[in-house]
Amino acid sequence: MAKQLVKGNEAIAEAAVRAGCRFFAGYPITPQNEIPEYLSWRLPEVGGVFVQGESEVASVNMVYGAAASGCRAMTSSSGPGISLKSEGISYLAGTQLPAVIVNISRGGPGLGSIQPAQQDYLQATKAMGHGGFHVMVFAPATLQEAVDLTYDAWEYAERDRNPVLILMDGCLGSIMEQVEFPPMKEPDRKGTHAWDLNLKEGEKRNGRLLTPYFPEALLEIKNKSHKMMIEKWQRNDVKVEEFMVDDAEYVVVAYGISARVAKEAILRLREEGENVGMIRPITLSPFPKQSFRNLNYDQVKGIIDVELAIPAQMHDDIALEVLGRAPIYEYCRSGGLLFDDEGIYAAVKKIIDGGAK
Amino acid sequence: MEYKRPSSLKPTPSGFCPGCMHSLATKLIADVIEELGQQENCVHVAPVGCATLNLAYWKGDIIGAAHGRAPAVATGFKRTNPDRLVFAYQGDGDCAAIGLAEIMGAANRGENFTVIFFNNQTYGMTGGQMAPTTLIGQKTTTTRYGRDPLTTGYPLKMCELLATLEAPAFISRYALNTPKGCMEARKAIKKGFTLQMENKGFSFIELLGNCPTNWGLTPLQTMEYMDTNTIPYFVPGVYKDKYAEVK
Repeated sequence: MAKQLVKGNEAIAEAAVRAGCRFFAGYPITPQNEIPEYLSWRLPEVGGVFVQGESEVASVNMVYGAAASGCRAMTSSSGPGISLKSEGISYLAGTQLPAVIVNISRGGPGLGSIQPAQQDYLQATKAMGHGGFHVMVFAPATLQEAVDLTYDAWEYAERDRNPVLILMDGCLGSIMEQVEFPPMKEPDRKGTHAWDLNLKEGEKRNGRLLTPYFPEALLEIKNKSHKMMIEKWQRNDVKVEEFMVDDAEYVVVAYGISARVAKEAILRLREEGENVGMIRPITLSPFPKQSFRNLNYDQVKGIIDVELAIPAQMHDDIALEVLGRAPIYEYCRSGGLLFDDEGIYAAVKKIIDGGAK
Repeated sequence: MEYKRPSSLKPTPSGFCPGCMHSLATKLIADVIEELGQQENCVHVAPVGCATLNLAYWKGDIIGAAHGRAPAVATGFKRTNPDRLVFAYQGDGDCAAIGLAEIMGAANRGENFTVIFFNNQTYGMTGGQMAPTTLIGQKTTTTRYGRDPLTTGYPLKMCELLATLEAPAFISRYALNTPKGCMEARKAIKKGFTLQMENKGFSFIELLGNCPTNWGLTPLQTMEYMDTNTIPYFVPGVYKDKYAEVK
């Protein structure tokens, strides 16, 4: 299939349709508005349903209802709206219903700013809602990656009966890039899943109960199986790009747009003979722990956390794996202000030259 | 008419308090579902509150919704499965306080499902706090000296509120403290479900009920209380009927 020039938000929307998503409910919020706008006309074209919800809360609960019928369903928002959706996301996890949530992130906290930022990392990876559950978090750095991760998201969501989050900054949501869309998946899945309230052709069974409420002992068993699922993710589902780390003395850690900008800076530093590499988590949850365990700490002189968040949010996850074997530096911007490759270059150079604390 | 357990309810004892009209409302709904032959086709969206207990009694397909969100959950399900009979059962805190946006949104879109609204003027499950429908002067655990409109406003009339909307097909209210009220309520539930099966849109049926435990009255006293206090404020009747037969 030929490549097409598309905008980031629309790339995610079209990839969702190709993945068989046939229900979307959402509420306007910048910088993700092209997702609902696109799906408002695109979903009816393929027999799907678009609902503009009366709120973020209602929208995620509509997704909960649609998911209960075996329909692939999605909602999207940005930071402030994701906070509102966290109730529904917790209920999706509690009732064990699959769905895909998209966060095109912006500056925070509060209303923050509408400019791109990566200030929802902790929310995404540690607590998407009350009750201590985890979701897989995909963080694309190119639009092709956004398409591919969105396309696969339901496979993970349905395998695990757990929501999947796509966390992409507003910068990637707004840029245009060439992508190749995968083929259309068969969307008719009625009666094929254990949570599906619809019956297969000719099937007879008792009524199904999809409940977010559990008696104590059952709830503990369910939470234990959730824990096992998270451990399995760590073994099987980590996606990471290790860029020039084999001989690296300095390792940049960055995801999403930050990683893209950092790569430019790293290439320039390499040209100057500096041994710099990068670990780019593609899944923020599960975090690529092994990539840090594999580093040769006799060789690595410093880890540099590059994020669009102040205070840095990924720092603790890195520190838990580095375990003091190398100093961890930060180069961060926040509030909707971006860095360029020049800025990252200068920051890393300063660290190498021993000028940074 | 034969008095028996409707086939949509499990043969387990009810967990509702003695004299509570939730079990009566549940039975009326289940009875209509059986009459319409919808036991297997029906999907019950259950709320948070005392009616969460229905999760244990209902035989058919059930989705448990978050507090107040039943109309949104029902929207998502019904839109992707237009052939199923979908109803949400909501209490007064669920429907008229925390879920006000969801009920207004669903009603205003004219979603093709039915909401049964059980109004007993209290948060029963949490121990009897003031509800949006608690009557003026009524004592609750958060209005110890009686509901004061100066600080808490007035009881919300959901039927009247929803009847201002263009889209809903059928909106009505009944009191469950008399056999007549129950018979009328049953008829209205059947009408709401039938309209839905004919794709005629949103129906909302309010059932005035009691809460002996949290009102601090015997079941018999609650019935009298309803006659003298509840019914004069929440007047039973049909508030909107798009498909009324022309007389």
